[in-house]
Amino acid sequence: MTINETQDEIIEEFALFDDWADKYEYIIDLGKKLKGLPEEQKTEDNIIKGCQSRVWLNAKLENGKLIFEADSEAVIVKGLVNMLIRVLSAHTPQEIAQADLYFIDRIGMSQHLAQTRSNGLASMVKQMKNYAIAYQLKA
Amino acid sequence: MILTDTLDIQKIRADFPILDQEINGRKLVYFDNAATTQKPQQVIDVITHYYQHDNANIHRGIHTLAERATRDFEASREAIRAFLGASSIEEIIFTSGTTQGINLVASTFGRKFIQAGDEIIISGLEHHSNIVPWQMLCEEKGCILKVIPVNDLGELDLEAYQQLLSEKVKLVSVNHVSNSLGTINPVAEIIRLAHGVGAKVLIDGAQATSHLNIDVQALDVDFYVFSAHKLYGPTGIGALYGKKALLEAMPPYMGGGEMIKEVSFEKTTYNDLPYKFEAGTPNIADVVAMKTALEYTQNIGRERIAAYEDELLQYATAQLSTIEGLRIVGQAAQKVSVVSFVIEGIHHQDIGVLLDNQGIAVRTGHHCTQPLMKRFGLLGTSRASFAMYNTLEEIDRLVAGLQRVKKMLS
Ligand SMILES: Cc1ncc(COP(=O)(O)O)c(C=O)c1O
Repeated sequence: MTINETQDEIIEEFALFDDWADKYEYIIDLGKKLKGLPEEQKTEDNIIKGCQSRVWLNAKLENGKLIFEADSEAVIVKGLVNMLIRVLSAHTPQEIAQADLYFIDRIGMSQHLAQTRSNGLASMVKQMKNYAIAYQLKA
Repeated sequence: MILTDTLDIQKIRADFPILDQEINGRKLVYFDNAATTQKPQQVIDVITHYYQHDNANIHRGIHTLAERATRDFEASREAIRAFLGASSIEEIIFTSGTTQGINLVASTFGRKFIQAGDEIIISGLEHHSNIVPWQMLCEEKGCILKVIPVNDLGELDLEAYQQLLSEKVKLVSVNHVSNSLGTINPVAEIIRLAHGVGAKVLIDGAQATSHLNIDVQALDVDFYVFSAHKLYGPTGIGALYGKKALLEAMPPYMGGGEMIKEVSFEKTTYNDLPYKFEAGTPNIADVVAMKTALEYTQNIGRERIAAYEDELLQYATAQLSTIEGLRIVGQAAQKVSVVSFVIEGIHHQDIGVLLDNQGIAVRTGHHCTQPLMKRFGLLGTSRASFAMYNTLEEIDRLVAGLQRVKKMLS
């Protein structure tokens, strides 16, 4: 599935919800389902700056595809990360670097993208793209 | 015991237009008053009026507008003098707020009177703005920072404080009220003890001025700083009170216009107090509006406001305690209307997001007091802080909102 196909799929899923609580319950559920990271990978190096809760993001290249793993102390953040991983992980660094993440706005989560929001979805997106750019340069 | 009807809350609320709005489809409940209070229409009007009718640069102008602006600016200084119980307007310096007041004292009093090996005492309850300026000074001067410990209730350990006091201590700088926990500190006692060893005392009044009456002469405090925005006034403006003899002995803070008497390339002589510390064109409109904000609370009656806020505090404390797994952090005997809490197994950020979706604004995180959070083994709390326009019904909304948060996250 391409990045955009996954985004469209998420947008369709969210279309089913008619109030904020349903939406957040779904995100919370995604948060609980996120595998997370083992303790030894929750290092200072992996912490994403600018979040009120600690968020750790790990990236590795496998067969030319960038694989993301992440964890957070806050469940909603974990749910948001889960969606980002579902959209971006296992694509090439180039695809990730160029991705236009329109699903965030379309599912009504763009307020979380604002820099002032300390849950730092914007910081996460930026960090994922930074990894992609870094791996692109290495390749 | 119900004092609610001594204050006409609906009338007060009508003065705060911002409160009358919906956030995420629900009527706004604003419980982030310790971060900043909302502004009454009267304050907003004064700012508009100033720019529409009176704006001019102050002090040097000879024309009518300059005189008017100067008169209103200085009238505000007089109002603040009276509010703090200071003996002279020379002791009232306008600043951009608490942070600048503390930095001013660190840069001037600190640079001149604190030497290598001297000690400065702060407390474990301090806001970062009453920690970092002293660390910077100590780094520069080689002085030593000592910290009064906090007990499990969130109160300062006065016995430990007495142990820290010695002839080496040149300054004690503590807050009047803790922004994170709401603890009211026994500042009169702290000042008396400090003076016993010859140390000066700065009190950070940022969280006190909206709740308590201040009398700098009765306290015998050397410096008192606060911000207007936590007292229903504009942001970016505040005042520093300093004892005249101290202010006179201190070098200026910033150089520039207004703070000079005469300038030549060979030598500059400084202006008299308070202007010596007010370089540059000040924030005139907001200084003027600061007086209006003060008067607003005085017209309602500061004792009545305090009594009502205490009722909100008692009610919130009792109601929040009914929530299973919720623990109130900071249970000092003397508190203002601030309730910090944690809920077992739930991150404060999730609480903040889910309350916001229900139209309820609280603050979550470390509240600029990371050492204090560490003292309690926490990364942060959720904090509801109440002002005179809040209601018991709004506290019910918070409690119901938190029950919902718990259910959603369970
Ligand atoms: C106790 C305390 N000190 C200092 C400050 C800093 O105030 P300002 O940001 O207005 O300078 C605050 C504000 O959060 C505070 O609560």
